[in-house]
Amino acid sequence: MKLLKNLVGWVDDRFPLLDTWKEHLSEYYAPKNFNFWYFFGSLALLVLVIQILTGVFLTMSYKPDALFAFASVEYIMRDVQWGWLIRYVHSTGASMFFVVVYLHMFRGMMYGSYRKPRELLWIIGVVIYLALMAEAFMGYLLPWGQMSFWGAQVIVNLFSSVPFVGPDLSVLIRGDYVISDATLNRFFALHVIAVPLVLAGLVFVHIIALHKVGSNNPDGIEIKKNKGPDGHPLDGIPFHPYYTVKDIMATVAFLIVFCAIVFFAPDMGGYFLEANNFVPANPMQTPAHIAPVWYFTPYYAILRAVPPLFGSQFPGVIAMGIGAIAVVFLPWLDRGKVKSIRYRGPIFKAFLASFVISFVGLGYLGMMPVTPTYTLISQVLSVVYFAFFILMPWYTKIDKCKPEPDRVTFK
Amino acid sequence: MTDNVDRSKRRLLLAATSAAGGVAAAGMATPFVLSFMPSERAKAAGAPVEVDISAIEPGTMKVVEWQGKPVWIVRRTQEMIDLLAKHDGDLTDPAGTVPQQPDYCNNPNRSIKPEVFVVIGICTHLGCSPSYRPEVAPADLGADWGGGWFCPCHGSRFDLSARVYKGSPAPTNLIVPPHQYLSETMLLIGDDKQKGAA
Repeated sequence: MKLLKNLVGWVDDRFPLLDTWKEHLSEYYAPKNFNFWYFFGSLALLVLVIQILTGVFLTMSYKPDALFAFASVEYIMRDVQWGWLIRYVHSTGASMFFVVVYLHMFRGMMYGSYRKPRELLWIIGVVIYLALMAEAFMGYLLPWGQMSFWGAQVIVNLFSSVPFVGPDLSVLIRGDYVISDATLNRFFALHVIAVPLVLAGLVFVHIIALHKVGSNNPDGIEIKKNKGPDGHPLDGIPFHPYYTVKDIMATVAFLIVFCAIVFFAPDMGGYFLEANNFVPANPMQTPAHIAPVWYFTPYYAILRAVPPLFGSQFPGVIAMGIGAIAVVFLPWLDRGKVKSIRYRGPIFKAFLASFVISFVGLGYLGMMPVTPTYTLISQVLSVVYFAFFILMPWYTKIDKCKPEPDRVTFK
Repeated sequence: MTDNVDRSKRRLLLAATSAAGGVAAAGMATPFVLSFMPSERAKAAGAPVEVDISAIEPGTMKVVEWQGKPVWIVRRTQEMIDLLAKHDGDLTDPAGTVPQQPDYCNNPNRSIKPEVFVVIGICTHLGCSPSYRPEVAPADLGADWGGGWFCPCHGSRFDLSARVYKGSPAPTNLIVPPHQYLSETMLLIGDDKQKGAA
């Protein structure tokens, strides 16, 4: 024990070990009224670790070569000891990453976690989300199945609709005139090295920014306004041990769901792993029905809802892009007097509900084949989706808010 | 401590160093960005392809690969050719004003010989390969369907000259590649300059 203490002391003289521990864990004061919505930040970190760990092991048996990629994935599934488990954990992790991140983002929208002083924290979060989408998109090409190939073909072709530079840009991304071995090889490099490095850095910055401004809470009030004689917020409790313990509970519950999917429904009925992706990529033939994986379908539905204007697909691509990054503007669109949905009036609640309905509805329609009826519904829901953002400065201002409490409410 | 610093000289040196560093960084970035462009091998893969079309039955389609893309060759029947002239009003660009074909194919049939139609099978919307649906008025495509291609990705519709129907997400007709006849039954796809046998 004395030896350990000496060792810690030796390190602490040379590295701010105890200070870091205190600042970010044992003396990071988080509001005491967190509910289950606050699990999803820690869970996102957990999934990131799962993805990196399983990803490293998959890399050892995977071959990023158009001739061997599909077969090497089958080799992992059939011949590598426990390879099927590692791959299914990785593929399930990809979808669960988005489940957790979408819930994490929705939490922020409900409780106004993007509002001052947390704007930068929110922006960093949106950048993480974009990096995650890039990571998922490039990862999906690697199995080199039909869906990998044609999904990548469609998405990369979005860039070719950019005026003037478009065709050259898409050639630059592919490294060829079609999706080919060159594309597969570079997506592999970006998927396993570049984007994960960026993600890890962004997650670090996200947490540092959070600990600078402090966590928001379901009441949307600042706990730093009420400090005790010791200088700590009266409504705050140290992250460790209180929230580490609580998060372990969440981790157990999450892993039960996660394992149930991995063991009993790894393809989730075609939503996590699409049936067409069990067919090797064939550049000569598009499958009869192609759709992106579920987490991209809301934006895909927006893309399909916009008709070509001036003989160009570009307006649809712009709408899709703005749809994906729209949340980044929330800190400046929201003019509400209160942050949390608990004290907001009925108008905000109705708009938030319509936003959720449009997002889920578009997600469903993005997986469906094109019919005139579905296209019409997509167009209506796209308008609802953007109305949530465009009208926000107006409806948050006129909404009748309830008074916020001075202290957090806690049962 | 010393206040007799020449600040303007310091600023100049700082600007000059930054500028020189910026130029060096841009120079360094060039090879990395250019390495993303198609390699010499990828460029060489665009060589023309010879196709024997004698075995294509009337009304059917053959798919060959050129530059990594599917190229369709259809032997159209006389009924198919007759239908082509009858729905100009439903098409976005019936006359081929957008140069999606070589000049020698800028005619109502978009081909050198009316019965043999050659086109790149990549949708001008987002690059899927549409399905060949030569049958007239199938249940899923409606009673007006006179044969053509249907893109499964986003629902673009094309007639048997690969001209896009109005209301499709695809903005333009499919691209007719440069091609020429080497003989009565041999096609060369990807090159229309070199003189063939016949």
